[in-house]
Amino acid sequence: MRIPCPYCGPRDTAEFSYRGDATLSRPDASGDRAIDDVAMFAYVYLRDNPVGRHQEFWYHGSGCRSWLVVTRDTTSHDISDVRLATAERP
Amino acid sequence: MRYSLFSLLGKTLSGHRSWPPLWRDAAPKPRYDVIIVGGGGHGLATAYYLASRYGVRDVAVLEKGWIGGGNVGRNTTIIRSNYLLPGNIPLYELSMQLWEGLEQDFNFNAMISQRGVLNLYHSDAQRDAYARRGNAMRIHGVDAELLDCDGVRKLYPFLNFDAARFPIKGGLLQPRGGTARHDAVAWGFARGASDHGADVVQNCEVTGISISDGRITGVETNRGAIAAKKVGIAVAGSSSRVAAMAGMRLPIESHVLQAFVSEGLKPVIPGVITFGAGHFYISQSDKGGLVFGGDIDGYNSYAQRGNLPTVEDVCEGGMALMPSIGRARMLRSWGGLVDMTMDGSPIIDRAPTDGLYLNAGWCYGGFKATPGSGLAFAHLIARDEPHAAATRLRLDRFARGDLIDEKGQGAQPNLH
Repeated sequence: MRIPCPYCGPRDTAEFSYRGDATLSRPDASGDRAIDDVAMFAYVYLRDNPVGRHQEFWYHGSGCRSWLVVTRDTTSHDISDVRLATAERP
Repeated sequence: MRYSLFSLLGKTLSGHRSWPPLWRDAAPKPRYDVIIVGGGGHGLATAYYLASRYGVRDVAVLEKGWIGGGNVGRNTTIIRSNYLLPGNIPLYELSMQLWEGLEQDFNFNAMISQRGVLNLYHSDAQRDAYARRGNAMRIHGVDAELLDCDGVRKLYPFLNFDAARFPIKGGLLQPRGGTARHDAVAWGFARGASDHGADVVQNCEVTGISISDGRITGVETNRGAIAAKKVGIAVAGSSSRVAAMAGMRLPIESHVLQAFVSEGLKPVIPGVITFGAGHFYISQSDKGGLVFGGDIDGYNSYAQRGNLPTVEDVCEGGMALMPSIGRARMLRSWGGLVDMTMDGSPIIDRAPTDGLYLNAGWCYGGFKATPGSGLAFAHLIARDEPHAAATRLRLDRFARGDLIDEKGQGAQPNLH
């Protein structure tokens, strides 16, 4: 599996570290402890773990040291989209 | 039929032509008391213990593919109970004790071989960590011996003791650990369950879980709807998919773990050895192949195959540990899907829906736990209360902050 890094071109996955699901966003505190506990629990622990398309964070530690959002198929390892984590997402 | 010397002699005289199939290839009935989704090792063991120890015989095991085609036939066959934390040790030790009597219990040769599992250490800090682990094991009644360098040398003189980077300083040995023939474990449990009245149904994929008023009513399958009073899910690797049918999101990611086997060699490795400076474990099958593995690939995957960087990493670990294996050719490699949980420990618990039970999250510790997991899950389903050895393997432990994190890695599944 190679990941086409926006800066470095297609590079071996051994150069990257994996951070997991990129669709999660850290919940803002609402002030209500009960609501916040449930939201934080879901953010930290629960995952959709989809079959097929998966948006995920990879870090190019042995290259440009960019955080990337990679869209990859979890059954075929095909990568359909790679962008910097700071860029707009589809 | 019961296997014995007499049955063997009898069949020998008739030219071995009349051996019956190991289990009935059952067609699904319209309703059961209990349905187990997943005919892997854990599902079959659950059905076996439900029928043999809890008197629940109206059981079906629904398997999408064929018996022995999933993780129960894809692991590196190691059995052990050398865990650290109180939440885990009782279950794995229960499993170890069941392994010890399993072949007599289910009347099948699973080639269980207690040849010893040795975890090597390479630094003073690692020795201290293993001393702690050994003490934790002994407090729970598990056998553990801390060996120094000479102790390891007596067992395995061929290891790379004086390697400049990772010299071997000693190891933690569990003499009762060892290996079991994984296919025979699947076949033995399938046969045992079938003989006790359970239906083992192959090529039957569950496509939906039927719930009415918060209570389970059955499952939808590609072979029609089947009603059930209770449904147990034991589909590690695909737990998130099946749990989603019941509206659940789990603290689990699916990952791929690879395993490898070399060409057949004369006996060279008498036990199971794990390298402490990388992640590498190796044993030799009775057929002669070196069976070995290492880390998971490290990214979400539902493909039962991995990638080359992990193959390279595993082989480097092997070469660092015992350079002599460099002359052996790798014959085959394969991958299996594992449920990686957020704390690296499994889940055996009731689901929020009445009558639905979950057995999941085995990370890469599933095979060794097969009998213990089956017994604990059978107990939970039959009695509606957790087995004494599995009281902390709860689904809600993440929300309660009561994690069982052996490695202390936090909620990062690919590091467990």
